[in-house]
Amino acid sequence: MTDAQTNDAPADLLKADQKMDAIMGILLRTGVITAASIVLVGGILFLTRHKTPVTDYHVFSGEPSDLRTISGIFADVKAFHARGLIQLGLLVLIATPVARVVFSLFAFLYQKDWKYVAFTAIVLGLLLYSLFGGAGA
Amino acid sequence: MNTAEFTAVVWFGSLLAGFLGALTGLGGGVVIVPLLTLVFHVDLKYAIGAALVSVIATSSGAAAAYVREGYSNVRVGMFLEIATTIGALAGAGLALYLKANVIAIIFGLVLIYSAYTSIRPQPHDTIQQKPDRLATWLRMDSTYPTEHGLESYHVSGIPLGFALMFVAGVLSGLLGIGSGAVKVLAMDKAMKLPFKVSTTTSNFMIGVTAAASAGIYLSRGYIDPGLAMPVMIGVLMGSLTGARVLANANVRVLRIVFSSVIGALALEMIYSGITGRI
Repeated sequence: MTDAQTNDAPADLLKADQKMDAIMGILLRTGVITAASIVLVGGILFLTRHKTPVTDYHVFSGEPSDLRTISGIFADVKAFHARGLIQLGLLVLIATPVARVVFSLFAFLYQKDWKYVAFTAIVLGLLLYSLFGGAGA
Repeated sequence: MNTAEFTAVVWFGSLLAGFLGALTGLGGGVVIVPLLTLVFHVDLKYAIGAALVSVIATSSGAAAAYVREGYSNVRVGMFLEIATTIGALAGAGLALYLKANVIAIIFGLVLIYSAYTSIRPQPHDTIQQKPDRLATWLRMDSTYPTEHGLESYHVSGIPLGFALMFVAGVLSGLLGIGSGAVKVLAMDKAMKLPFKVSTTTSNFMIGVTAAASAGIYLSRGYIDPGLAMPVMIGVLMGSLTGARVLANANVRVLRIVFSSVIGALALEMIYSGITGRI
Protein backbone atom coordinates (compact mmCIF):
# COMPACT_ATOMS: atom_id res chain seq x y z
CA MET A 1 0.00 0.00 0.00
CA THR A 2 2.73 2.43 1.03
CA ASP A 3 4.84 1.42 -1.95
CA ALA A 4 2.08 2.17 -4.40
CA GLN A 5 1.59 5.49 -2.71
CA THR A 6 5.20 6.61 -3.04
CA ASN A 7 5.30 5.40 -6.64
CA ASP A 8 2.20 7.32 -7.57
CA ALA A 9 2.99 10.61 -5.88
CA PRO A 10 6.31 11.89 -4.55
CA ALA A 11 6.21 12.75 -0.85
CA ASP A 12 6.73 16.50 -1.33
CA LEU A 13 3.92 16.65 -3.87
CA LEU A 14 1.61 14.87 -1.43
CA LYS A 15 2.59 17.33 1.28
CA ALA A 16 1.96 20.30 -1.01
CA ASP A 17 -1.45 18.82 -1.84
CA GLN A 18 -2.33 18.47 1.85
CA LYS A 19 -1.32 22.06 2.54
CA MET A 20 -3.42 23.21 -0.41
CA ASP A 21 -6.39 21.22 0.93
CA ALA A 22 -6.08 22.83 4.36
CA ILE A 23 -6.01 26.39 3.02
CA MET A 24 -8.89 25.59 0.68
CA GLY A 25 -10.96 24.40 3.64
CA ILE A 26 -10.37 27.64 5.54
CA LEU A 27 -11.16 29.69 2.44
CA LEU A 28 -14.50 27.95 1.86
CA ARG A 29 -15.53 28.19 5.50
CA THR A 30 -14.65 31.90 5.73
CA GLY A 31 -16.60 32.63 2.55
CA VAL A 32 -19.76 30.90 3.75
CA ILE A 33 -19.63 32.49 7.22
CA THR A 34 -19.06 35.97 5.75
CA ALA A 35 -21.89 35.53 3.25
CA ALA A 36 -24.33 34.20 5.85
CA SER A 37 -23.51 37.08 8.22
CA ILE A 38 -24.12 39.75 5.56
CA VAL A 39 -27.39 38.04 4.51
CA LEU A 40 -28.48 37.89 8.15
CA VAL A 41 -27.77 41.59 8.79
CA GLY A 42 -29.52 42.50 5.53
CA GLY A 43 -32.40 40.21 6.48
CA ILE A 44 -32.93 41.81 9.87
CA LEU A 45 -32.86 45.25 8.28
CA PHE A 46 -35.29 44.03 5.60
CA LEU A 47 -37.76 42.67 8.15
CA THR A 48 -37.68 45.77 10.37
CA ARG A 49 -38.35 48.01 7.37
CA HIS A 50 -40.87 45.97 5.40
CA LYS A 51 -44.04 45.52 7.39
CA THR A 52 -46.04 45.47 4.18
CA PRO A 53 -47.96 42.46 2.84
CA VAL A 54 -45.73 39.78 1.43
CA THR A 55 -44.36 40.03 -2.10
CA ASP A 56 -46.29 37.86 -4.53
CA TYR A 57 -43.91 35.11 -5.60
CA HIS A 58 -46.64 33.19 -7.36
CA VAL A 59 -46.12 35.10 -10.58
CA PHE A 60 -42.61 35.66 -11.89
CA SER A 61 -41.89 39.30 -12.63
CA GLY A 62 -38.09 39.27 -12.26
CA GLU A 63 -35.96 41.41 -10.02
CA PRO A 64 -35.49 45.15 -10.61
CA SER A 65 -32.34 45.89 -12.60
CA ASP A 66 -30.32 47.13 -9.58
CA LEU A 67 -30.59 43.68 -7.96
CA ARG A 68 -29.50 41.87 -11.11
CA THR A 69 -26.07 43.38 -11.67
CA ILE A 70 -22.91 43.58 -9.60
CA SER A 71 -22.64 47.36 -10.02
CA GLY A 72 -26.32 47.80 -9.13
CA ILE A 73 -25.92 45.73 -5.96
CA PHE A 74 -22.93 47.83 -4.84
CA ALA A 75 -24.88 51.04 -5.45
CA ASP A 76 -27.72 49.65 -3.30
CA VAL A 77 -25.32 48.71 -0.53
CA LYS A 78 -23.87 52.24 -0.49
CA ALA A 79 -27.40 53.57 -0.07
CA PHE A 80 -27.87 51.01 2.75
CA HIS A 81 -30.82 49.29 1.09
CA ALA A 82 -31.77 46.08 2.89
CA ARG A 83 -32.46 44.06 -0.26
CA GLY A 84 -29.18 45.20 -1.77
CA LEU A 85 -27.34 44.13 1.36
CA ILE A 86 -28.86 40.62 1.21
CA GLN A 87 -27.95 40.45 -2.47
CA LEU A 88 -24.35 41.41 -1.58
CA GLY A 89 -24.23 38.48 0.84
CA LEU A 90 -25.48 36.17 -1.91
CA LEU A 91 -22.85 37.61 -4.25
CA VAL A 92 -20.14 36.83 -1.66
CA LEU A 93 -21.56 33.31 -1.50
CA ILE A 94 -21.42 32.89 -5.29
CA ALA A 95 -17.87 34.30 -5.23
CA THR A 96 -16.72 31.74 -2.63
CA PRO A 97 -16.32 28.76 -5.01
CA VAL A 98 -14.84 31.15 -7.58
CA ALA A 99 -12.23 32.25 -5.02
CA ARG A 100 -11.51 28.59 -4.35
CA VAL A 101 -10.80 28.06 -8.07
CA VAL A 102 -8.53 31.15 -8.15
CA PHE A 103 -6.65 29.73 -5.17
CA SER A 104 -6.33 26.32 -6.90
CA LEU A 105 -4.90 28.07 -9.96
CA PHE A 106 -2.11 29.63 -7.86
CA ALA A 107 -1.52 26.38 -5.99
CA PHE A 108 -1.08 24.44 -9.24
CA LEU A 109 1.16 27.21 -10.60
CA TYR A 110 3.30 26.96 -7.47
CA GLN A 111 3.54 23.19 -7.98
CA LYS A 112 4.38 23.77 -11.68
CA ASP A 113 1.58 21.32 -12.51
CA TRP A 114 0.93 22.83 -15.94
CA LYS A 115 -1.83 20.42 -16.97
CA TYR A 116 -3.89 21.39 -13.96
CA VAL A 117 -3.02 25.06 -14.38
CA ALA A 118 -4.67 24.79 -17.80
CA PHE A 119 -7.74 22.89 -16.52
CA THR A 120 -8.24 25.34 -13.66
CA ALA A 121 -7.86 28.32 -16.00
CA ILE A 122 -10.62 26.92 -18.24
CA VAL A 123 -12.99 26.50 -15.27
CA LEU A 124 -12.16 29.99 -13.99
CA GLY A 125 -12.78 31.46 -17.43
CA LEU A 126 -16.23 29.83 -17.60
CA LEU A 127 -17.11 31.06 -14.10
CA LEU A 128 -16.02 34.62 -14.83
CA TYR A 129 -17.93 34.55 -18.09
CA SER A 130 -21.09 33.60 -16.19
CA LEU A 131 -20.56 36.16 -13.45
CA PHE A 132 -19.43 39.12 -15.56
CA GLY A 133 -20.92 38.20 -18.92
CA GLY A 134 -24.31 37.71 -17.28
CA ALA A 135 -24.48 39.79 -14.12
CA GLY A 136 -21.62 42.17 -14.85
CA ALA A 137 -23.37 44.13 -17.57
CA MET B 1 -49.61 36.82 5.80
CA ASN B 2 -47.21 39.72 6.23
CA THR B 3 -43.54 39.72 5.22
CA ALA B 4 -42.24 38.70 8.66
CA GLU B 5 -44.64 35.74 8.91
CA PHE B 6 -43.90 34.57 5.39
CA THR B 7 -40.15 34.82 6.03
CA ALA B 8 -40.48 32.84 9.28
CA VAL B 9 -42.52 30.07 7.64
CA VAL B 10 -40.17 29.79 4.65
CA TRP B 11 -37.18 29.80 7.02
CA PHE B 12 -38.66 26.94 9.03
CA GLY B 13 -39.52 24.96 5.90
CA SER B 14 -35.99 25.48 4.60
CA LEU B 15 -34.58 24.35 7.94
CA LEU B 16 -36.48 21.06 7.54
CA ALA B 17 -35.41 20.79 3.89
CA GLY B 18 -31.76 21.27 4.83
CA PHE B 19 -32.08 18.71 7.61
CA LEU B 20 -33.72 16.19 5.26
CA GLY B 21 -31.19 16.91 2.56
CA ALA B 22 -28.26 16.25 4.89
CA LEU B 23 -29.74 13.04 6.33
CA THR B 24 -30.55 11.55 2.94
CA GLY B 25 -27.33 12.87 1.44
CA LEU B 26 -29.33 14.54 -1.35
CA GLY B 27 -28.57 18.13 -0.38
CA GLY B 28 -31.05 20.85 0.49
CA GLY B 29 -31.66 22.03 -3.07
CA VAL B 30 -33.67 19.05 -4.24
CA VAL B 31 -36.06 19.38 -1.30
CA ILE B 32 -36.39 23.16 -1.35
CA VAL B 33 -37.72 23.45 -4.91
CA PRO B 34 -40.76 21.16 -4.39
CA LEU B 35 -41.35 22.77 -0.99
CA LEU B 36 -41.44 26.31 -2.42
CA THR B 37 -43.44 25.45 -5.53
CA LEU B 38 -45.92 22.90 -4.15
CA VAL B 39 -46.44 24.22 -0.61
CA PHE B 40 -45.82 27.97 -0.93
CA HIS B 41 -46.90 28.25 -4.60
CA VAL B 42 -43.76 30.17 -5.46
CA ASP B 43 -43.02 30.50 -9.18
CA LEU B 44 -40.54 27.84 -10.34
CA LYS B 45 -37.97 30.45 -11.45
CA TYR B 46 -37.78 32.11 -8.01
CA ALA B 47 -37.69 28.67 -6.38
CA ILE B 48 -34.79 27.52 -8.57
CA GLY B 49 -32.90 30.78 -7.92
CA ALA B 50 -33.25 30.45 -4.14
CA ALA B 51 -32.39 26.74 -4.20
CA LEU B 52 -29.24 27.30 -6.23
CA VAL B 53 -27.97 29.83 -3.68
CA SER B 54 -28.63 27.45 -0.79
CA VAL B 55 -26.83 24.68 -2.68
CA ILE B 56 -23.66 26.78 -2.84
CA ALA B 57 -23.89 27.48 0.90
CA THR B 58 -24.32 23.89 2.04
CA SER B 59 -21.82 22.34 -0.36
CA SER B 60 -19.09 24.88 0.43
CA GLY B 61 -19.71 24.49 4.16
CA ALA B 62 -19.46 20.70 4.01
CA ALA B 63 -16.61 20.67 1.49
CA ALA B 64 -14.51 22.76 3.88
CA ALA B 65 -14.46 19.85 6.32
CA TYR B 66 -14.09 17.00 3.80
CA VAL B 67 -11.22 18.65 1.93
CA ARG B 68 -9.21 19.12 5.12
CA GLU B 69 -9.82 15.54 6.18
CA GLY B 70 -8.33 14.33 2.90
CA TYR B 71 -11.37 12.54 1.46
CA SER B 72 -11.99 14.68 -1.62
CA ASN B 73 -9.81 14.08 -4.66
CA VAL B 74 -9.09 17.68 -5.66
CA ARG B 75 -7.48 16.75 -9.01
CA VAL B 76 -10.41 14.58 -10.09
CA GLY B 77 -12.79 17.35 -8.96
CA MET B 78 -10.88 20.10 -10.74
CA PHE B 79 -10.66 18.18 -14.01
CA LEU B 80 -14.34 17.19 -14.01
CA GLU B 81 -15.42 20.72 -13.16
CA ILE B 82 -14.62 21.58 -16.78
CA ALA B 83 -17.51 19.28 -17.77
CA THR B 84 -19.90 20.43 -15.03
CA THR B 85 -19.38 24.17 -15.60
CA ILE B 86 -19.87 23.85 -19.38
CA GLY B 87 -22.94 21.74 -18.62
CA ALA B 88 -24.25 24.26 -16.08
CA LEU B 89 -23.97 27.13 -18.56
CA ALA B 90 -25.77 25.00 -21.16
CA GLY B 91 -28.46 24.04 -18.62
CA ALA B 92 -29.06 27.66 -17.58
CA GLY B 93 -29.36 28.50 -21.28
CA LEU B 94 -31.75 25.61 -21.89
CA ALA B 95 -33.97 26.83 -19.03
CA LEU B 96 -34.94 29.80 -21.23
CA TYR B 97 -36.39 27.56 -23.91
CA LEU B 98 -38.23 24.99 -21.81
CA LYS B 99 -41.68 25.58 -20.36
CA ALA B 100 -42.01 25.56 -16.56
CA ASN B 101 -44.12 22.39 -16.57
CA VAL B 102 -41.51 20.50 -18.63
CA ILE B 103 -38.82 21.59 -16.16
CA ALA B 104 -41.06 20.41 -13.31
CA ILE B 105 -41.42 16.96 -14.90
CA ILE B 106 -37.64 16.65 -15.43
CA PHE B 107 -37.16 17.78 -11.84
CA GLY B 108 -39.53 15.08 -10.57
CA LEU B 109 -37.72 12.35 -12.51
CA VAL B 110 -34.30 13.45 -11.22
CA LEU B 111 -35.75 13.60 -7.72
CA ILE B 112 -37.03 10.02 -7.93
CA TYR B 113 -33.64 8.80 -9.14
CA SER B 114 -31.90 10.72 -6.33
CA ALA B 115 -34.25 9.32 -3.68
CA TYR B 116 -33.60 5.81 -5.01
CA THR B 117 -29.81 6.21 -4.83
CA SER B 118 -30.00 7.40 -1.23
CA ILE B 119 -31.62 4.18 -0.01
CA ARG B 120 -29.57 1.82 -2.19
CA PRO B 121 -26.98 -0.06 -0.11
CA GLN B 122 -23.61 1.63 -0.46
CA PRO B 123 -20.38 -0.23 -1.09
CA HIS B 124 -17.52 0.72 1.20
CA ASP B 125 -14.53 -1.21 -0.06
CA THR B 126 -11.78 0.11 -2.24
CA ILE B 127 -11.93 -1.64 -5.60
CA GLN B 128 -8.46 -2.85 -6.49
CA GLN B 129 -7.80 -2.24 -10.16
CA LYS B 130 -4.94 -1.72 -12.53
CA PRO B 131 -3.54 1.76 -13.18
CA ASP B 132 -5.24 3.49 -16.11
CA ARG B 133 -3.00 5.33 -18.60
CA LEU B 134 -5.10 8.48 -18.82
CA ALA B 135 -5.56 8.63 -15.05
CA THR B 136 -1.82 8.21 -14.51
CA TRP B 137 -1.10 10.99 -16.99
CA LEU B 138 -3.58 13.20 -15.15
CA ARG B 139 -2.06 12.20 -11.79
CA MET B 140 -5.50 11.32 -10.40
CA ASP B 141 -4.55 8.22 -8.40
CA SER B 142 -4.53 9.08 -4.73
CA THR B 143 -5.17 7.89 -1.19
CA TYR B 144 -7.94 8.38 1.34
CA PRO B 145 -8.33 7.74 5.07
CA THR B 146 -10.06 4.49 6.09
CA GLU B 147 -10.35 2.48 9.31
CA HIS B 148 -7.12 0.71 8.33
CA GLY B 149 -5.20 3.92 7.67
CA LEU B 150 -4.55 5.55 4.30
CA GLU B 151 -5.59 3.39 1.36
CA SER B 152 -4.47 4.09 -2.18
CA TYR B 153 -6.76 3.70 -5.19
CA HIS B 154 -6.59 3.95 -8.96
CA VAL B 155 -8.98 5.92 -11.14
CA SER B 156 -10.35 4.71 -14.50
CA GLY B 157 -13.20 5.33 -16.95
CA ILE B 158 -12.45 9.03 -17.31
CA PRO B 159 -14.20 9.65 -20.70
CA LEU B 160 -17.51 8.18 -19.48
CA GLY B 161 -17.18 9.98 -16.16
CA PHE B 162 -16.56 13.26 -17.99
CA ALA B 163 -19.66 12.76 -20.16
CA LEU B 164 -21.84 11.98 -17.14
CA MET B 165 -20.48 15.07 -15.40
CA PHE B 166 -21.63 17.18 -18.33
CA VAL B 167 -25.14 15.77 -17.83
CA ALA B 168 -24.90 16.52 -14.11
CA GLY B 169 -23.94 20.11 -14.97
CA VAL B 170 -26.88 20.53 -17.38
CA LEU B 171 -29.32 19.27 -14.72
CA SER B 172 -27.76 21.56 -12.12
CA GLY B 173 -28.06 24.63 -14.34
CA LEU B 174 -31.58 23.72 -15.46
CA LEU B 175 -33.04 22.74 -12.09
CA GLY B 176 -31.03 24.76 -9.55
CA ILE B 177 -29.82 21.65 -7.75
CA GLY B 178 -26.37 20.26 -6.97
CA SER B 179 -26.95 17.04 -9.00
CA GLY B 180 -25.02 15.14 -6.34
CA ALA B 181 -26.67 11.83 -7.30
CA VAL B 182 -25.49 12.03 -10.93
CA LYS B 183 -22.02 13.20 -9.89
CA VAL B 184 -21.66 10.25 -7.53
CA LEU B 185 -22.88 7.94 -10.31
CA ALA B 186 -20.12 9.26 -12.58
CA MET B 187 -17.33 8.83 -10.04
CA ASP B 188 -18.49 5.74 -8.17
CA LYS B 189 -19.77 3.66 -11.09
CA ALA B 190 -17.94 4.99 -14.15
CA MET B 191 -14.60 5.98 -12.65
CA LYS B 192 -14.53 3.37 -9.86
CA LEU B 193 -13.51 5.78 -7.12
CA PRO B 194 -14.11 4.62 -3.52
CA PHE B 195 -17.64 5.55 -2.47
CA LYS B 196 -16.59 7.98 0.27
CA VAL B 197 -14.22 9.74 -2.15
CA SER B 198 -17.02 9.97 -4.74
CA THR B 199 -19.52 11.57 -2.37
CA THR B 200 -17.06 14.06 -0.88
CA THR B 201 -15.55 15.00 -4.25
CA SER B 202 -19.07 15.45 -5.60
CA ASN B 203 -19.77 17.82 -2.72
CA PHE B 204 -16.54 19.67 -3.45
CA MET B 205 -17.61 20.18 -7.08
CA ILE B 206 -21.20 21.21 -6.41
CA GLY B 207 -20.32 24.76 -5.31
CA VAL B 208 -18.40 25.52 -8.50
CA THR B 209 -21.08 23.93 -10.70
CA ALA B 210 -23.81 25.96 -8.99
CA ALA B 211 -21.76 29.17 -9.13
CA ALA B 212 -21.47 28.74 -12.91
CA SER B 213 -25.22 29.09 -13.39
CA ALA B 214 -25.82 31.42 -10.41
CA GLY B 215 -24.28 34.40 -12.24
CA ILE B 216 -26.68 33.87 -15.13
CA TYR B 217 -29.66 33.42 -12.80
CA LEU B 218 -28.77 36.62 -10.96
CA SER B 219 -28.69 38.61 -14.18
CA ARG B 220 -32.05 37.15 -15.23
CA GLY B 221 -33.63 38.29 -11.98
CA TYR B 222 -34.35 34.77 -10.63
CA ILE B 223 -32.63 35.45 -7.32
CA ASP B 224 -34.95 37.41 -5.01
CA PRO B 225 -33.29 38.63 -1.80
CA GLY B 226 -36.49 38.49 0.26
CA LEU B 227 -36.99 34.83 -0.62
CA ALA B 228 -33.37 33.68 -0.87
CA MET B 229 -32.55 35.10 2.57
CA PRO B 230 -34.72 32.76 4.71
CA VAL B 231 -34.04 29.87 2.33
CA MET B 232 -30.26 30.17 2.50
CA ILE B 233 -30.11 30.69 6.28
CA GLY B 234 -32.65 27.92 6.92
CA VAL B 235 -31.06 25.32 4.64
CA LEU B 236 -27.59 26.08 6.00
CA MET B 237 -28.71 25.68 9.63
CA GLY B 238 -30.75 22.58 8.82
CA SER B 239 -27.94 20.86 6.98
CA LEU B 240 -25.42 21.60 9.75
CA THR B 241 -27.83 20.05 12.27
CA GLY B 242 -28.47 17.12 9.94
CA ALA B 243 -24.76 16.46 9.50
CA ARG B 244 -24.35 16.36 13.28
CA VAL B 245 -27.23 13.88 13.68
CA LEU B 246 -25.80 11.82 10.82
CA ALA B 247 -22.50 11.44 12.65
CA ASN B 248 -24.16 10.13 15.80
CA ALA B 249 -27.03 7.93 14.68
CA ASN B 250 -27.84 4.94 12.57
CA VAL B 251 -30.02 6.61 10.00
CA ARG B 252 -30.91 3.74 7.68
CA VAL B 253 -34.58 3.74 8.77
CA LEU B 254 -34.77 7.56 8.73
CA ARG B 255 -33.29 7.54 5.25
CA ILE B 256 -35.96 5.16 3.96
CA VAL B 257 -38.76 7.20 5.53
CA PHE B 258 -37.42 10.51 4.24
CA SER B 259 -36.61 9.15 0.80
CA SER B 260 -40.24 7.99 0.54
CA VAL B 261 -41.36 11.53 1.40
CA ILE B 262 -39.06 12.89 -1.29
CA GLY B 263 -40.37 10.28 -3.75
CA ALA B 264 -43.92 11.44 -3.03
CA LEU B 265 -42.90 15.08 -3.58
CA ALA B 266 -41.36 14.01 -6.89
CA LEU B 267 -44.59 12.36 -8.05
CA GLU B 268 -46.53 15.49 -7.04
CA MET B 269 -44.06 17.60 -9.06
CA ILE B 270 -44.53 15.39 -12.13
CA TYR B 271 -48.32 15.41 -11.71
CA SER B 272 -48.34 19.21 -11.38
CA GLY B 273 -46.17 19.43 -14.47
CA ILE B 274 -48.42 17.18 -16.56
CA THR B 275 -51.60 18.96 -15.51
CA GLY B 276 -49.89 22.30 -16.10
CA ARG B 277 -50.36 23.62 -12.57
CA ILE B 278 -46.69 24.61 -12.33
